[in-house]
Amino acid sequence: MTNLFLLQLLNGMQFGILLFLIAAGLTLVFGIMDFVNLAHGVIYMIGAYLAVTFAQMTGSYGLGLLLTLPATLLIGLLLELLVFRKLYDRPHLDQVLATFGLVMVLTEAVEIIWGAAPLSVRMPDLLSGSVPLVGPMRYPVFRLVVIGAGLVTAAGLWLVITRTRIGMRLRAGATNRAMVSALGVDIRKLFTIIFAFGAMLAGFAGAMVAPILTVDPGMGESVLILAFVVIVIGGIGSVKGAFAGALLVGLVDTLGRSFGPIILRAVMEPSAAAQAGRVLAPMLVYILMAAILAARPAGLFGART
Amino acid sequence: MTKSRNILALLAATTCLAGPAAAQDDDTLKIGLIFTLSGPAAVLGEMGRDGFLLAAEQIGEIGGMKTEIVVMDDEQKPDIAANKARELVERDQVDIVVGPIFSNILGAIVKPVTDSGTILISPNAGPSNLAGADCSRHLFVTSYQNDQMHEVMGAYAQKQGFDNVFLLAPNYQAGKDSLAGFRHSYQGDVAGEIFTQLGQLDYSAELAQIAAMQPDAVFAFMPGGMGVNLVKQYRQAGLETIPFLSAFTVDESTLPAQQDAALGFFGGSNWAPDLDAPGNAEFVAAYEEKFGKVPAVYAMQAYDAAYLIDGALREAGGTADKDALIAALESAPFNSVRGDFSFGPNHYPVQDFYLTKVVQREDGKFATSVVEKIFDDYADNYVGECQMN
Repeated sequence: MTNLFLLQLLNGMQFGILLFLIAAGLTLVFGIMDFVNLAHGVIYMIGAYLAVTFAQMTGSYGLGLLLTLPATLLIGLLLELLVFRKLYDRPHLDQVLATFGLVMVLTEAVEIIWGAAPLSVRMPDLLSGSVPLVGPMRYPVFRLVVIGAGLVTAAGLWLVITRTRIGMRLRAGATNRAMVSALGVDIRKLFTIIFAFGAMLAGFAGAMVAPILTVDPGMGESVLILAFVVIVIGGIGSVKGAFAGALLVGLVDTLGRSFGPIILRAVMEPSAAAQAGRVLAPMLVYILMAAILAARPAGLFGART
Repeated sequence: MTKSRNILALLAATTCLAGPAAAQDDDTLKIGLIFTLSGPAAVLGEMGRDGFLLAAEQIGEIGGMKTEIVVMDDEQKPDIAANKARELVERDQVDIVVGPIFSNILGAIVKPVTDSGTILISPNAGPSNLAGADCSRHLFVTSYQNDQMHEVMGAYAQKQGFDNVFLLAPNYQAGKDSLAGFRHSYQGDVAGEIFTQLGQLDYSAELAQIAAMQPDAVFAFMPGGMGVNLVKQYRQAGLETIPFLSAFTVDESTLPAQQDAALGFFGGSNWAPDLDAPGNAEFVAAYEEKFGKVPAVYAMQAYDAAYLIDGALREAGGTADKDALIAALESAPFNSVRGDFSFGPNHYPVQDFYLTKVVQREDGKFATSVVEKIFDDYADNYVGECQMN
């Protein structure tokens, strides 16, 4: 049982780290620009598709991943200049409508370009195996790489945000946007940078999961809702919060799914436990969110309510 | 939706297009195809449509009649499918409807089509109620009864003497039916049984439990993209030493994405591209040449449906006499590319079932391959409940 727990802990961490990569960009855009961007999940999807395409063109997943980063950065820039810039002063409902429209347009475009059938990319042979953990349990090497890459990204973000001038402005912007603007910071330029950077992180996440999951047109939607849960739990605008929230959501979701039924079996009949576990497990994340919001309405590290 | 009304092909050797007004001509055969052609499951619908159109093109004049084919997209939504089916029957006045892929869609269109006296041929969906109590003399199924593919795997697990099998399926009706079908022919112990969320992408938590339990084998029903993810992750987690039995999880519709991750994985099927049956090699070659991919059962069953219609029309001498046509269809007057094929009294097939395994062919493409025959001339379990009226 402890072996299983260890394995699930790793699984939960890997899922959490993935969520963090997506949620980091989302929380900055939402927190600093006060902009609801439903199209963030689509950029994650496009990142995965680009990684597959570039990997096929270059014959190497690593190169494909590297090319995906500037490509999604560019897509982020373009979207900001062409679409989002015009929406900043609009109410949230307009932003939701416009970005939801963008979700549909981009999803359809992806279906036209790449087709509806799921795609996949070969992972490098070096990373495709699994390493023995304890006893008969093994863990895929690539998932360890995902965890590592995510932790490095998180550390890098932390350095940028706490140790650089632009990071200082980001933090200030998340706390009080009007004041930062009044002090002479070019908030528009800051927005463009944040947005493009957030898109690149989402694209990076998409490229990282491409070898594990199928790449299909629906992949962005499923993850977007959880990403919003993460940033609400962590506190909108806080990257630290997004990291904590993402790990929390990843662990609760993974451990809940596998240990919920096992724990329930101790107190009820096996078939009833399986049934109840099945119903409860997907709800756990939302129960967690409700509990955290009840105790801390601004989220774990929220700067404002 | 833009895809809804593609009048795709007019395949008659005579090139003149018959307009809607000509539809009631006794010498024009009008067939309506209804498949899922958009959304995540579009691959399956496209295979069904392509399989049928390939056969129609080979035959030229189906049943010796000028042939007109109308293609509809059901969008995998029952309400839309029911409307499209009504359109086919009432506006286009088709003689025969062929489709769909999914059982819930068949449930939605079976009434609108058969109530009007139009013949409905399902090239894939085979729900239990329509095989049993709700069977209809206007409905023919060229695929299988849904439980059978799972029963094949249960019987194989039983035969291998597996005593501890781990079961995995999504949490919806077909998932529950699947595990019930497996258990129908498997008497050993169940190591664990997990129902996952429909559409789940990451199976790491489930795979960890499998690794912890070390069962004799795993049986999974994970259609479409779910299967692609499960298979890739199963391999990555180093579980390939545990036999992977499945239904609708590793086939030619998912193999292009699963690739070598699925090598050696087992499935249950009524056919495989390399099945040794008259005409099968020709069908597979023609399909691959035209569409550039290896056909899956969805294509084969629709292909058979076209030849079934052709044979029955020639025997009944056209569409004018419905009773004669139904009697002709019942006798299945065609050579199925899967070999033995006949209809039971409930209009569901009586056929052979095989254990299949994923292999890489010499040209590098991945396909399923027949390992051994599991059931011979196998009928479904519901045929006794059918009172044909």
